[in-house]
Amino acid sequence: MNIEKESYKKYVKKRAKKSPIIKNCIWAFFVGGFICCIGETLFRAYHRRLLLSHQDSSAWVAVTLIFLSALLTGLGLFGKIAKRAGAGTLVPITGFANSVVSPAIDNKSEGWILGVGAKIFTVAGPVLLYGILTGVAYGFIYYIYLLCV
Amino acid sequence: MEILIDYCWVFLVGGILCVIAQILIDKTKLTPARILVIYVTAGVILGAVGLYKPLIDLAGAGATVPLTGFGYLIAKGAKEAVLERGLIGALTGGFTAAAAGTAAALCFGYLAALIFKGHAK
Repeated sequence: MNIEKESYKKYVKKRAKKSPIIKNCIWAFFVGGFICCIGETLFRAYHRRLLLSHQDSSAWVAVTLIFLSALLTGLGLFGKIAKRAGAGTLVPITGFANSVVSPAIDNKSEGWILGVGAKIFTVAGPVLLYGILTGVAYGFIYYIYLLCV
Repeated sequence: MEILIDYCWVFLVGGILCVIAQILIDKTKLTPARILVIYVTAGVILGAVGLYKPLIDLAGAGATVPLTGFGYLIAKGAKEAVLERGLIGALTGGFTAAAAGTAAALCFGYLAALIFKGHAK
C-alpha cells in the first residue's frame, strides 16, 4: 500500500512537471489564434455577404462569440477548454463573456438580485470600470488638446 | 492566396496577444481578472496614442477579438464623441462603444442563469 502511495506521488510529480510555461504558451497561441480566425470568418460573412457596415460587422462578431461562449459556459464545456487553453480563451472576448456568464449561473442560489444580479459583474465590473475610466480620461485630454490646437 | 496571408496575420497577432497573457499568468501569478483589466486598459491607451489602429488594419479580427480590441473601441468611441458633441462626449463615447458587447454579455449571462443549472460552490 505504501509503495503504491510512493509511486503514485512520483507519478503525480512527473505529470505535474509536464505542464511548463512553453506548453501553456503553445496552447494559448493556437487556441487564441483559432478563435480570432473564427472571428475573422464571421466578420467577412457579415461584412461582405450581409453587407453590414464595418462597425456593425465587428459588433455582431463580438455578439456572436459572446453568445457561443455563454452557451458553452452553460453546458459546462467552456471550463474544460479553458483549462487547457489558458489565456487562449481568456484574452479573446470569449474570456470576458465567460467571466460574466459563469458567476451568473453559479450564484443563482444566492437569489436573483444579490446572487445573479451582483455577481454577474464580478469581473465585468472591474473591466468596465478601468476601461471606461481610461476612456473618459482620454476623451477629456483629447478635448483639451482640441481647444489648444 | 491573399486570403491565406490575411488569415495568417489574424492567427499570428491573435495568438501572440494570448501568449503574452499566458506568460504574465505563469510568471507573475496575475489572476485572470487582472489580466482582463490590464488588457482592456492597454487597449484604450494604445488606441489613444494611435498604435492599435495599424494592428487592426494588419490583422483584422486578430486585433479586434482580443480584449485589447474592446479597449480600442472605447478609446475610438470617446474620441469620435468628443469631436461630435464636445466635452460631454468624453463621458458618453466610451460607454456607447462598449454597449453592444456589454449588453450582449449581460443578457446572455442572465438567460444562461435562467436555463442552466448552477455548479454551486
